[in-house]
Amino acid sequence: MFDSLKERFENIFANLRGKGKLTEEDINIALREVRRALLEADVNFKVVKDVVEAIRTRATGRQVVESVTPSQLIFTIVYEELVRIMGDAPVPLAVSPKPPTVYMMVGLQGSGKTTTSVKIARRMLKGHKPLVVACDLRRPAAVDQLRVLAEKAGVPFFGPEPGERDAVAVAKKSRAFAESRLCDLIILDTAGRLQLDDELMCELEEMKSASEPTEILLVVDSMTGQEAVNVADAFNKRLGLTGVVLTKLDGDARGGPALAVRAAAGVPIKLAGCGEKTEDLELFDARRMAQRIIGM
Amino acid sequence: FSDDPVTDDFWDELEESLILGDVGVDTTEELITELKRIMVERRITKRGELKAEFAGLLVSRLEAVPKMGAPLDLSAKPSVIIMIGVNGSGKTTTSGKLASQLKGEGKRVIMAAADTFRAAAIEQLKAWGGRAGVRVVAQAPESDPAAVVYDSIMAAKASGADVIIADTAGRLHTKSNLMEELSKIARVIKREIPEGPAEVLIVLDAVTGQNGFIQAETFAKAMPVTGVVLTKFDNTSKGGIVIAIADRLKMPIRYVGLGEGVDDLQLFEPKTFVETLLDVRDAE
Ligand SMILES: Nc1nc2c(ncn2[C@@H]2O[C@H](COP(=O)(O)OP(=O)(O)OP(=O)(O)O)[C@@H](O)[C@H]2O)c(=O)[nH]1
Ligand SMILES: Nc1nc2c(ncn2[C@@H]2O[C@H](COP(=O)(O)OP(=O)(O)OP(=O)(O)O)[C@@H](O)[C@H]2O)c(=O)[nH]1
Ligand SMILES: [K+]
Ligand SMILES: [Mg+2]
Ligand SMILES: [Mg+2]
Repeated sequence: MFDSLKERFENIFANLRGKGKLTEEDINIALREVRRALLEADVNFKVVKDVVEAIRTRATGRQVVESVTPSQLIFTIVYEELVRIMGDAPVPLAVSPKPPTVYMMVGLQGSGKTTTSVKIARRMLKGHKPLVVACDLRRPAAVDQLRVLAEKAGVPFFGPEPGERDAVAVAKKSRAFAESRLCDLIILDTAGRLQLDDELMCELEEMKSASEPTEILLVVDSMTGQEAVNVADAFNKRLGLTGVVLTKLDGDARGGPALAVRAAAGVPIKLAGCGEKTEDLELFDARRMAQRIIGM
Repeated sequence: FSDDPVTDDFWDELEESLILGDVGVDTTEELITELKRIMVERRITKRGELKAEFAGLLVSRLEAVPKMGAPLDLSAKPSVIIMIGVNGSGKTTTSGKLASQLKGEGKRVIMAAADTFRAAAIEQLKAWGGRAGVRVVAQAPESDPAAVVYDSIMAAKASGADVIIADTAGRLHTKSNLMEELSKIARVIKREIPEGPAEVLIVLDAVTGQNGFIQAETFAKAMPVTGVVLTKFDNTSKGGIVIAIADRLKMPIRYVGLGEGVDDLQLFEPKTFVETLLDVRDAE
């Protein structure tokens, strides 16, 4: 299970070496392996279809067919296509020309929103004065979690009054607090929710209109399977995402959701979480991600 | 329709629904080959019949694994249940739900806050202890998780408790130092209770893709896993990776998590699971 694409290619093309020109059938065999590898990397079924067709078009070109190293060439085409889909250059977080800049973190339960809120705040300490705001009033101890992480990272924190149940109200109040502390960047940590939970999705819509976020960032666990497309699509339709953060890349998940999310929501993946500590955040690198997906 | 003949479309749709359900390419291909064999052998010509046959095939595969969907074995006193899994999968929440359920069955339950690492993990478990009306044994943040588990065993022995539920920190299976920490917890338990932990449950988010298999395989090397809890099954994701986990690792699925409330935990039912899985296309 889970051989890298490179290993598979070496196996296939070893048999073809010295055979002269590639036939269409040879290319089909190679593409079947590409398809398998992408599916095993959790790239969405429908996205895989499109990617494989794009690769087929390029791989049936004369250059490949007559090449003495077809394996290498097809491999390069696969790599380039993946990079193209995920977006070439890293896209930085937007900063509002009219402060405060507001980021809203959204996503499924347990994807990494709270941790990532503090990671981003910490990263923005250079040049900004960020404030993290606990708008998850549902999960037990979610407010404490954000407070503890913020304290450790040296980031100002704003949370609800005891007994407060309205997350939108907390988001609204955080603005005045930010102003009083001269914070120019507000990061709203929201409760995890399923994309099909209408009531909770409404809450996010209200929070959006109340706080006019500069960025609405979907936080996606890199271990997510085929469902990543539906999640990204649903959150995007309801809220209009501006970017994605892919988390838990310090593990060995191949990271197919990177392609899927990008294809479904059309927004850039901006950041990559690569550990539990608040310094473990990197700019998303499409090239490294493509290498990881195909096991280079 | 169910009386329609079996065409190529049938196979394409089946493949698509299985892969979209996170069953994985290998398992999907293997299942389809098996179904084709059955179709020829039993001379099945109608889609409906073949689909029903396939559901039956999946259910019997799952049921072939011992303890599939079986309640926990809590005959030892005290019985230690350990929750393990990657970050954010639902261990703490499931600990709370289980504590409440077992208490409802008349068991005396203690929870051990053996996640001493994640910010406010202890408070989170204590909140669940409050909901379930169950005592939580804890130490300060950053303390040794194995020591917390040891304390909880002492507390259980002293108070005559029946069950200990130990919530551990989320960890990626690739981190060998953190996996070693689990082995250490297992050793501490064995020293006090020679039979070892009664149940070791790996908690798996239903939204997980192919990585779920490697998680199950690797965690089982650090601790003798006795079952899987499939959480967040209230979402549209199908959790199909558990088929490979059951089939190849012989690991039973014991429970499903169906929400964030204290009562949202049920025994795993292969039939319900398979019905949900095979409805992928109809749900769209
Ligand atoms: N290894 C690793 N763990 C991470 C990363 N990001 C977050 N985590 C962990 O994942 C778990 C969940 O993270 P949270 O930040 O609590 O996730 P959340 O989305 O806020 O969760 P809810 O509020 O319950 O929906 C925690 O154990 C975090 O420490 C990462 O990049 N790598
Ligand atoms: N919808 C739904 N959410 C769940 C379920 N189980 C857990 N959650 C949510 O998932 C998120 C993570 O759950 P936790 O219990 O904190 O997960 P954990 O494995 O203890 O996380 P770490 O300790 O950080 O590794 C929380 O927001 C829970 O409320 C479930 O069955 N359904
Ligand atoms: K489901
Ligand atoms: Mg959170
Ligand atoms: Mg936990």
